[in-house]
Amino acid sequence: MAFEPRIVGFLCNWCTYTGADLAGTARVKYSPNVRSIRVMCSGRVDPVFIITALAGGADGVLIGGCHPGDCHYQEGNYKALRRYLLLRKILPEYGIEPERVRLEWVSASEGERFGRVVDEFTEQIRALGPLKLEESVLESMKNDVMHEGGTPAHTTGV
Amino acid sequence: MKLKIGIYWGAACGGCDVAILDTHERILEIAAAADILFWPIAMDFKYDDVRAMPDGHLDAVLYSGAIRNSENEEIAVLLRRKAKAMIALGACAHIGGIPGLSNMFTRDETLKRVYIESESADNPEGVLPSERTVNDGNELELPRFYNTVKTLSQVVDVDYTIPGCPPASMQIYSAIGLIADGMLPKKGSVIGAGDRALCDECARTKSEKKITKIYRTHERLPDPETCFLEQGYLCLGPATRSGCGSRCIKSGVPCRGCYGPLDGVADQGLKMLSALASVIDGKEEQEINATLDMVAAPLTTLHRFSLASSIPRRKKV
Repeated sequence: MAFEPRIVGFLCNWCTYTGADLAGTARVKYSPNVRSIRVMCSGRVDPVFIITALAGGADGVLIGGCHPGDCHYQEGNYKALRRYLLLRKILPEYGIEPERVRLEWVSASEGERFGRVVDEFTEQIRALGPLKLEESVLESMKNDVMHEGGTPAHTTGV
Repeated sequence: MKLKIGIYWGAACGGCDVAILDTHERILEIAAAADILFWPIAMDFKYDDVRAMPDGHLDAVLYSGAIRNSENEEIAVLLRRKAKAMIALGACAHIGGIPGLSNMFTRDETLKRVYIESESADNPEGVLPSERTVNDGNELELPRFYNTVKTLSQVVDVDYTIPGCPPASMQIYSAIGLIADGMLPKKGSVIGAGDRALCDECARTKSEKKITKIYRTHERLPDPETCFLEQGYLCLGPATRSGCGSRCIKSGVPCRGCYGPLDGVADQGLKMLSALASVIDGKEEQEINATLDMVAAPLTTLHRFSLASSIPRRKKV
């Protein structure tokens, strides 16, 4: 079966999620690959959420927030930007392509742009291929056994 | 009745055992309260002594060190069976510790670096350790060197954890007191530590944090009164459990995170990433990146002790 990217989207309640809603009501056609999770602010997106998504089978993570200066909570999107930039520096150290995580500013009126961002990101992840983070980590431990022919002690829950 | 305890080290430096001895004259109180039936680093015991014990014979086992090879795991499984309470002692058993940093590499890369490439290696034939060797007809077997370093709780069920690198000696002493008095809290608890972040206990002056420069400790002399983070030193205090008595902070060294995450935190390093990113000044990508570029080796600095217990556990291969 052809690879279909699995993307988790953390979308801010005030801008990007509303923009995604607008894309729906305006019947914009775009890739169905993003599973959206509504958060109150992009500043609420803990890096733990992003890494958990990637370790749990996502091939990419999209974070959507309000344009700079437009944050409902004044500064949340700037915090999101700084966390995103720092997270992108540690991803290659984990052996994960930083392009798998993307931060975009999409306002409530940019339904069409939301569709474009999702289309573009989906194609980018499709080109990168599946991440298979958990599989790779489990595979790397398969010979960590006490006795020949034994099974590794810890095979689940990366 | 006297307690029966066992003490063991897996992939560890022995610092946790020294921390037990650093209880000084109180070690005599420990010896009065508990018979030590197994402690290979300090006394003469054999694994067969442990194998001969009935299951559940030991009231508590203090296991320090990470799981680096099959021997570490085998003895962890054995001791788990013989112990009523399995206690992870120190950062390596708790969150992987410094040995966990080798999860940035594979087993083959580690062996190559240590036995062939290292500056002090004299190994022209490129001999690597192997699990089986035959010498004069005698077969010798070495434990299997694992690809991925694990924490104790990743291979056996752990009842309690005493964090720290090493744990503060008085905390070990008081934890043994809890066992002796039958006052252990609910299973899974961290004992011998606080339940707030180190920052909460820190005596340094804190004000609005806005940093544009990151310094490493050797680059400048820090001010002794002001919060390390505000001065631009990467201090892991906001994301680290208290209980150490601020040993490093009081000696002029920022926290490196050895006491591990607070309750309910899935990944200590990522929590610190959040905290650090929040206090960086700047709203433009370029100026933020200019500051972030000063963080040396961000993944392993943020997860200095906790890489093996981070969510992906190791570098993808």
